[in-house]
Amino acid sequence: MMTEVSTPVAETAQGPAAEQIPSPRSRRSASARRQLAIVPFLLPALLLFGGLVLLPILLAVYTSLFKWNGFGGLPTNFVGLDNFVRLLGDEVFTGDLSRGLVLVLLSVLVQLPVALGLALLLNQQLRFRGLYRLIFFAPYVLSEVITGVLFTMVLSPTGGLVNKILAVFGVAGQTWLSDPDRALLTLFFVVSWKYFGFHMILLLAGRQDIPPELNEAGMMDGASNWEIFRHITLPLLGPTIRISVFLSIIGAIQLFDMVWVLTGGGPIHSSETMAVTMFQYGFRRYEVGYASAISVAMFLISMVFALLYQRYVLRRDIEGAVTKAGAMR
Amino acid sequence: MNPTSLLRRRSFLGLAGAAAGAAFLDACHRGADAAGGKGKGIEWWHIQNTDPMLSIWAQLAQGFEAAHAGVKINITPLENEAFKAKLTTVTQAGNPPDLFHSWGGGVLQQQVNAGLVKEFAGDARAFLSDVSANGVKLYQVDGKQCGVPYELGMVGFWYNKELFAKAGVSALPKTWSELLGVVRQIKAAKIVPIALAGGDKWPAHFYWSYLAIRQGGVAAMEEAARTGAFDSPDFVTAGAKLQELVELEPFQPGFLGAKYMASDGQSAIMGNGQAAMELMGQWAPTIEAAYSTDKKGIGDKLGFFPFPALEGGKGSPSEVLGGCNGFAIGKNAPPETFEFVKHLLSLESQRRAAAEGGILPVTRGAEDAIKDPNLKLVHRALANATGFQLYLDQAYPPAIGQQVNDSVAALVARSATPDAVARAISKTAKNL
Repeated sequence: MMTEVSTPVAETAQGPAAEQIPSPRSRRSASARRQLAIVPFLLPALLLFGGLVLLPILLAVYTSLFKWNGFGGLPTNFVGLDNFVRLLGDEVFTGDLSRGLVLVLLSVLVQLPVALGLALLLNQQLRFRGLYRLIFFAPYVLSEVITGVLFTMVLSPTGGLVNKILAVFGVAGQTWLSDPDRALLTLFFVVSWKYFGFHMILLLAGRQDIPPELNEAGMMDGASNWEIFRHITLPLLGPTIRISVFLSIIGAIQLFDMVWVLTGGGPIHSSETMAVTMFQYGFRRYEVGYASAISVAMFLISMVFALLYQRYVLRRDIEGAVTKAGAMR
Repeated sequence: MNPTSLLRRRSFLGLAGAAAGAAFLDACHRGADAAGGKGKGIEWWHIQNTDPMLSIWAQLAQGFEAAHAGVKINITPLENEAFKAKLTTVTQAGNPPDLFHSWGGGVLQQQVNAGLVKEFAGDARAFLSDVSANGVKLYQVDGKQCGVPYELGMVGFWYNKELFAKAGVSALPKTWSELLGVVRQIKAAKIVPIALAGGDKWPAHFYWSYLAIRQGGVAAMEEAARTGAFDSPDFVTAGAKLQELVELEPFQPGFLGAKYMASDGQSAIMGNGQAAMELMGQWAPTIEAAYSTDKKGIGDKLGFFPFPALEGGKGSPSEVLGGCNGFAIGKNAPPETFEFVKHLLSLESQRRAAAEGGILPVTRGAEDAIKDPNLKLVHRALANATGFQLYLDQAYPPAIGQQVNDSVAALVARSATPDAVARAISKTAKNL
């Protein structure tokens, strides 16, 4: 983004100046002027980013080193890294990590293939194709809280829609969100219900970007449908799939609203995520120092993951936008 | 002039213009606030988000506004859990509402220590001589009066007389083992014996707390609060007794995820006559009605009996678990707020709330306004109580209170032993 914006400015600023006085000194002042011109454009964004993103992060890191109930001015009871040590021994937090991993695996192994399948299906010539696309995408438009409230009703053990339907088939008295063994899977189902449409649209857009000539060429060479999918569609969908996976994983790490509304993390922490644990400690137990430590851990996990993923998985997709080598080319 | 400098100048002008505009708007906004409020606006957060108290509070506020020119009372009624979450954020930011709900206890103490609430002193304290001493005491922190009660109540069993009769239960249980017998009998009649909001956790903590009070007595609770020794044998026994009940599977299907206030929650199940009893505070009849399908609850069929005695326990059956509903005044509140609280606690206001609102009044002379026969029973039990224990999740600092709720919820879900529950609570208490 930055290179795209600054290039035209550089040309207009440097072009005429270079023609008039071609001395190294003035060229330096021209580039200084150019940098000065960038400042007012960047300033609002920098202030917002600094005040609303960087500062809170630094504050959270600072608070995470204290034992503090959040009341009255600044924390005073410095405990060093105690909160982080406690974190590693906290069964709920380590449970959050494994539950998070389960959610990530499920979304990559179940939600993504479903979305991909639907995307390919809805790319075919079908009657009412637009309507299907609309229906599948619709849940994404709902807010997480609305979705959560909706599904607490649908999955209610007394008189919920799901149980009423099951009762027709003679399966009565099932519990979903209130069963510790099922709560996480049920949660995953609801989250997927909301988000698969979004991933489907992403993949559909990616699929439509693949020139039809390639498929035709493949068919001319006698490739089967599976071979076309495996060797043409899938590789060319690669960038979209990688972004889709990235979004799923970041979403799973930060998952809060839906859990809060559906189960509050329960029963007995069986559907709790890191963000829920953080909220519990920060706003229920008033252990703000410890809650900050959880938030710092979340931040580090997200950041390390995002950096590694960009470095190793998205490397080819984002070359030129972020990497230096791309900008030079 | 080259194109760049033109661009630059424009953007500077634009930025300057935008900044000036924003400053102007901000100034207007502040001006409007100052002119409209005259510093006499009272921000009031309460948790009576259902009728009848919702309307009664609003009418009392209107009456006060009419009598005091220039005072404007802005009411924000909030659901219990939403209130706690919202209050936490504003108090941590050091900006409490002028008048807000308080249960006293450990939470109030933290707010007092942080200098967030005003003390009731001098004239403002004098009128409390007419208010129940048991209740007033719950709002004292280090001898200072930091809040006031408007209701003093207790927890006990609310039961459906019709369902009890249907199951052939002839006598109300007086002891824990009799209660277990009643539960078996009701379950045998294919009726859900007990409604429980396991998802909200605090309704489950009532069982454990009451059993601990019966086993160790109120004195033991105070002792544990001081030392953090929640792993003493008495607390383990309390857990074991609760486990006996849990083993009978007395709760409705899906109770682990159930909320207290929801259309399929504990109060709704009782209000719809789908369960035989619940252990709940004096507000139970009102909330049952509010969340029942026909908005009426089970009416006359609802009865009350106190928590039974525990065989072999040191606590007397006349000791009660309960608490106050009350108010604290925020540090930035205008002086009129004290007047307003006095108005809310006046004999007239209290009698009205007792008669129509189903609260148990604290102002002396208002008791006989209680109409509901069950609430009269509750009031009598309270009046004769030999010991009083505030709800544990309010009495103790929030970290311990929440640990009690969490651990007891695990016990009820059969994923923790009584011993583990006692140890977990003790660990949190000693860690503070």
